Amino acid sequence: MSGALLEVNGISVSFDGFKAINSLSFNIDNCELRAIIGPNGAGKTTFMDIITGKTRPDSGDVIWGEKNVSLIKKSESEIANLGVGRKFQKPTVFEDQSVMENLIMALKNKRNPWSVLFYKYNKIDDEKVANIASDIGLISVLDKLSGELSHGQKQWLEIGMLLAQEPQLLLIDEPAAGMTHEERNHTVLLLKKLSKTRAVVVVEHDMEFIRNLDCKVTVLHEGAVLAEGTLDHVVKNKTVIDVYLGR
Amino acid sequence: MAGPLIKFLNNNPSILIFFTILSLITVIITIGSEAFGYGFISTSLIKVIGKTLCICLVAIAMDLVWGYCGILSLGHFAFFGLGGYMIGMWLMYERTRLIVIESAKNAQLPMTTQEIQNAIGSQIFGVVGGSEFPIVWTFSHLLYVQLLLVILVPGLLGFIFGWLAFRSRVTGVYLSILTQAMTLALALYLFQNDSGLRGNNGLSGLQNIPGLELTPQSVISVWFLWGSASALAFGFLVTKFIVESKLGNVIRGIKDNEQRMRFLGYNVENYKLFIFTITAIISAISGALYYPQAGIINPAELAPIASIYLAVWVAIGGRGRIYGAVIGAALVSLLSSWLTGGQAPDISFGIIEFKWVDWWLVFLGISFVIITLYAPKGIGGLFDRFNKGASK
Repeated sequence: MSGALLEVNGISVSFDGFKAINSLSFNIDNCELRAIIGPNGAGKTTFMDIITGKTRPDSGDVIWGEKNVSLIKKSESEIANLGVGRKFQKPTVFEDQSVMENLIMALKNKRNPWSVLFYKYNKIDDEKVANIASDIGLISVLDKLSGELSHGQKQWLEIGMLLAQEPQLLLIDEPAAGMTHEERNHTVLLLKKLSKTRAVVVVEHDMEFIRNLDCKVTVLHEGAVLAEGTLDHVVKNKTVIDVYLGR
Repeated sequence: MAGPLIKFLNNNPSILIFFTILSLITVIITIGSEAFGYGFISTSLIKVIGKTLCICLVAIAMDLVWGYCGILSLGHFAFFGLGGYMIGMWLMYERTRLIVIESAKNAQLPMTTQEIQNAIGSQIFGVVGGSEFPIVWTFSHLLYVQLLLVILVPGLLGFIFGWLAFRSRVTGVYLSILTQAMTLALALYLFQNDSGLRGNNGLSGLQNIPGLELTPQSVISVWFLWGSASALAFGFLVTKFIVESKLGNVIRGIKDNEQRMRFLGYNVENYKLFIFTITAIISAISGALYYPQAGIINPAELAPIASIYLAVWVAIGGRGRIYGAVIGAALVSLLSSWLTGGQAPDISFGIIEFKWVDWWLVFLGISFVIITLYAPKGIGGLFDRFNKGASK
């Protein structure tokens, strides 16, 4: 492995004078599982917005992949097609369309209007859909409208759509929110499994959950990296205790 | 080649139902017409129905852009009007030319080409104080160019407008206001005498098809009815193909949550532009069929209110189901022409007399509010209820 999958180099962004991100730098390697924690307003969501192209940084650069492509001038859809998938805190699926239609839209295929208009559902895609649907436990409800699914099933469908995109980097926002203890354990296992074949970045508040993930942790504070390392290492850090855990 | 089409029709029975009803209407009217049948349907009624079919086609376009893609355009009637202007220019030029040549035969000296051209010019533009041909009339003597312009001019306008608006990520009510402004600007421009399209006089005599002087209107009206019905059928098929494809899923997704669609890797702006332009072209084609039946087009036709009516028709019929737009447009525009035509009986409440001519718009406005509040799915929503009842 030469070079990181994602390199964040000194990005800064401010909204109306407030510095949400302050010369933030760090790297994500291929097939790495990484947790990002930090108090409210630490810039976790803004950081995700910058990587996925929703927000443009005032300065700094985000470098992607082996070809070292800069992401900061690219649109959301271009970045998504390069292989960055994003999971929102609230499950966002297309509620008036069936589970199957949701998955087919997410499948990695040509995305220009013309090819989409003349797209024909084929055997290869059918197999992919079936595989994903059984992975996420929704194979029996493929024809159901996704709006009729339970909250948990919607979360799974969204994860399934992310998998269908075949991304190299998954950004996941607070996956444990609103989950039962059992679902959390299940999610931990899934994230660990996913990180074997791609990089996964998890933003999370829940310490217990992060402990179970057992991975490198980055602590954000006021838009910059405060500490980095194993969870046990960062929780011993005096500043971290002061700004985050101590409160 | 027939395989996929038949499969597509099998999967979408609503197309066959629609085609059956449309053909039945067309056949019955042909049998009832003065020209081809027993004559119990008047020529003016045939024209009303022919025009209604064109209105249904533009409503389908509106449903595609609003009901499916979520863009509340208040400017699609401008494309409709532009289509009418494009075909109207040829109709007016060619007919005037034939009249000038006819009268030149009686003159003692044969007229030169320049003189003929000047005579046509002063015939057409005398009303706005000119005889020079404005630059926009360059191709008005060529039918095939004008037919091409029916598609090109509104298509390009839609494309450029959409490109500017969508690229700047203007959405929701702001986009509606922008489309409204475009329509208003276009109408105000056409109202000017030096716009080159005869100002507020508009183009007239469009019902007289050049070269068919000896064919009575009763025959021409049936021909246009057939043309309008075919265009509507074709438009229905094309729209249905679009919304049943994966592109249909994508644009419904855009309506639902366009940011999510971007993170899925879809370039939302391109999709909106594609739908906006396609629907502008469909609107223009329906306008080009409508105005030869109406006989006259003037800038008032492009007024913003017309585009708002279009949205009202689709909302009353039910968004996002194609046939709903057809039902809404046909019902409201037929009712409107009946009630404002003075044939409908007035209702008398003793002292107060309820005159439909005066009250129709109020009535329409109230029904629109009621439907929006209590039946957001419109008339089409009733079909869902029947379906549910049947399946239980």
